[in-house]
Amino acid sequence: MTSALNPRFSFETFVVGSANRLAVTAGRTVAENPGSAYNPLFIYSGSGLGKTHVMMAIGHAAKTIASQLNIEYLTLDEYVEAFHAAIAAGQGDAFRRRFQNVDVLLVDDVQFLTNRKEMQAELLRLTEALQQSGHQIVLASDRPPAEIADLDERLISRFSGGLVVDIGIPDYETRVAILRRKAEERGSKFQPGVLETVAKVEYPNVRELMGALNRLVAFQAVNDTPMNAEAASKVLGIPTGASPTAASSAAASSAAASSAAASPDEFSQFLTDVTVTVGKAVEAWRARVTEAVMRWEGEGYRTGRLEKLLEQETPSAVDEAIAAYVQDVERLKALESEVAVLDPQAAGGKVFRDPDHMDEAEAAAEKVRDGAAPPPAPSAAFPFESYVAGPSNDVALKAVRDVIAKPGKKYNPLVIVGKSGLGKTHLLNAVGLELAKKKKNVVVACLSTQAFVDELIAAIDGNRVDWWRARYRRATALLLDDIHLLAGKERTQEELFNLFNQFLDGDRQLVFTAPAHPNTLDGLEERIVSRLEGGLVAEIAEPDKELRRSVLERLLTQQHVSLEPALVDYLADRPIDSVRSLTGVVQRVVEAAAAQDGPVTAGLAREVLEGAPPPRRTTGLRTSGIVVSSAGGVRSREKMVWDWPSAGDRVIEDLR
Amino acid sequence: MSLVNFTSREITCKIVYYGPGRSGKTTNLHYIYGRVPETRRGRMVSLATQTDRTLFFDFLPIDLGQISGFSTRFQLYTVPGQVYYNATRRLVLQGADGVVFVGDSQARQLDENIESLQNLQSNLLEHGVDVRTMPLIMQYNKQDLPPELILTHAELDDALNFRSVPSFPADALHGKGVFETLKAVSELVLKKLATGSPAA
Repeated sequence: MTSALNPRFSFETFVVGSANRLAVTAGRTVAENPGSAYNPLFIYSGSGLGKTHVMMAIGHAAKTIASQLNIEYLTLDEYVEAFHAAIAAGQGDAFRRRFQNVDVLLVDDVQFLTNRKEMQAELLRLTEALQQSGHQIVLASDRPPAEIADLDERLISRFSGGLVVDIGIPDYETRVAILRRKAEERGSKFQPGVLETVAKVEYPNVRELMGALNRLVAFQAVNDTPMNAEAASKVLGIPTGASPTAASSAAASSAAASSAAASPDEFSQFLTDVTVTVGKAVEAWRARVTEAVMRWEGEGYRTGRLEKLLEQETPSAVDEAIAAYVQDVERLKALESEVAVLDPQAAGGKVFRDPDHMDEAEAAAEKVRDGAAPPPAPSAAFPFESYVAGPSNDVALKAVRDVIAKPGKKYNPLVIVGKSGLGKTHLLNAVGLELAKKKKNVVVACLSTQAFVDELIAAIDGNRVDWWRARYRRATALLLDDIHLLAGKERTQEELFNLFNQFLDGDRQLVFTAPAHPNTLDGLEERIVSRLEGGLVAEIAEPDKELRRSVLERLLTQQHVSLEPALVDYLADRPIDSVRSLTGVVQRVVEAAAAQDGPVTAGLAREVLEGAPPPRRTTGLRTSGIVVSSAGGVRSREKMVWDWPSAGDRVIEDLR
Repeated sequence: MSLVNFTSREITCKIVYYGPGRSGKTTNLHYIYGRVPETRRGRMVSLATQTDRTLFFDFLPIDLGQISGFSTRFQLYTVPGQVYYNATRRLVLQGADGVVFVGDSQARQLDENIESLQNLQSNLLEHGVDVRTMPLIMQYNKQDLPPELILTHAELDDALNFRSVPSFPADALHGKGVFETLKAVSELVLKKLATGSPAA
């Protein structure tokens, strides 16, 4: 039923001036010694001058000093309502007891006691009870007790028996202080003179003053520019040099006042108009040149060339001269932005601001261009031609061909997924090489994710992150190998995320490789994963026999080994699950042949690969039966399943 | 007389306030004089009789400062309105770049207005200037008088402004329409100067 104390209304936030000092002092005293100093304390003032603020401040202060105090703030209407509810519920006594137990009772708006005889009687009883038990009562009204119409004499004398204080209209200094305090609270900054201008207006109460401030705050926020005193006057409709209350007196001599106030404006307005007219008509060419000078000077470019034009009487081909100048400036801008990408530190130099020395700017840009390291390019060791196609990689290969044909348009990003050793890196670099071949000014960044991370760390270390970013931003395609290595690299993920967006926005191609579907990779941020999944995820499966055959033929040809069908058949039939392993096997066989100084044959291969079978586990263990040389093609023994689970176990596994 | 001097980079505009006697030409100048900051205006030269009638002419130089690299000055003149000072009027009119015809809005002054307008035309012709080529603005002064005494803006336009030049109702005593008139005539003059055919 009672209102909570508004935490904003404390003594700390109340601006004290001569008009309210007494009320505040009395309020503080009451808060410090409730029930003993001024009881009751009666505060009255016009609307919006801070009665409620002081009341609540008393409550806060009393509570701060003695937290166990039972403090109740309510308006008279709330009090009346509570009383009626209690009477209706037959709880009149409980109601009285409740309020008699309040240590500090703050009742606002008691002027509404007018014509409420029974409430007056009730309040009288309560006041007496509180006073007797040493509890504080504070009342607020818009007029002194004696002026509240139809108020019981006894109440008047009770109310007047403590201390009756009023709060007046704040003076100019207080108004300025209030405005400053409130502007600060709102986090708004005004130019000097603005708040003073507002304060000059004698608003009848602080609430209206706040309204004026709010308007300024809103206006300034909308316009995003600091307003000056004149603009503030305009916004608030304050006539220059006159306040609303002074308006009536000013009205008498309005003719004199307005003409005096208007005089400078009329002339300056005229001057402005004439200036515009002259600028438009009389000196059209001069205006154009001046405009160009002002514009480019404002942007920091040297305008000596244009200024020379102004010195001439009737220069010929003014527009051509301006156009040539603008063209030079545009060239400077282009050079500078190019340089900014390559080396942010080099940009912003004076040399890029002087259109009269274009040669110097060109030279400076050339220097930066020479020194700028392009992002790592794809390795030439992985040409597209040598990538062997087969059913296991045809989807990926098809996607790659599309990407090469329409970089950035068809599948962006393209994520090539597959187990280790299946040729993802080869394919990635091959894409890079093909993209780089397509056009002249193509910059393909192709590197491993680990290198990407390391570069960023080095850039952070060397305080060159901008430069690092710029390098990649100017790439027309970004190809990252082993994207799963980003796991846990938060900063790199963030950088990649930003690059990602820029690349996508600019239709620049992104290609990644990963050992598994992006959404199964741990440690990647959701935003990265979703973007990776947003393109095409193309899988490369384990090489089938046909592919193995093709790869073998190519490998053997590279080693200058004659393609003996028996050899190729034997090797292709080997249970090898990746191209990389296949390469290793061929390498081993070829080396063995070289050691024996003999030809590479199927027999030799068998000898090399099966000659020394691994020690087999003998006792009671089921084995796969796959025979692999101890130093055989399968380097990683962990990849082989030596021990198969029993059929029963497998059934249970399947059921699960 | 008017000058766009490229060597010394000066623009000088001569504007003449023309009209019948007591129509408020000097009042216009006085009002302007009162509004121009001291630093911008020269001494207002006023040769008047004891009853404040313009005897010869009023002259108010205004310095507008540098505009587009030109030091710009306006010279505002009034002519004596009384019929018998025609020689002076013709003299003052010489070299004018623009004319403000200050008419008296009072109904009973209509004939004087028409007469003065004809006088303007003939005086310009004396200088070899066709009134149609002269930047001209009509100002109907004394619009603050009781409505029963004056003609409205539209009526005056019908009666006087047969060339349909820009026209302004005014109350020169209190400044209404004064600067609007000045602005309008300045614009016409400056635009004309820009076209490279300054008035004689």
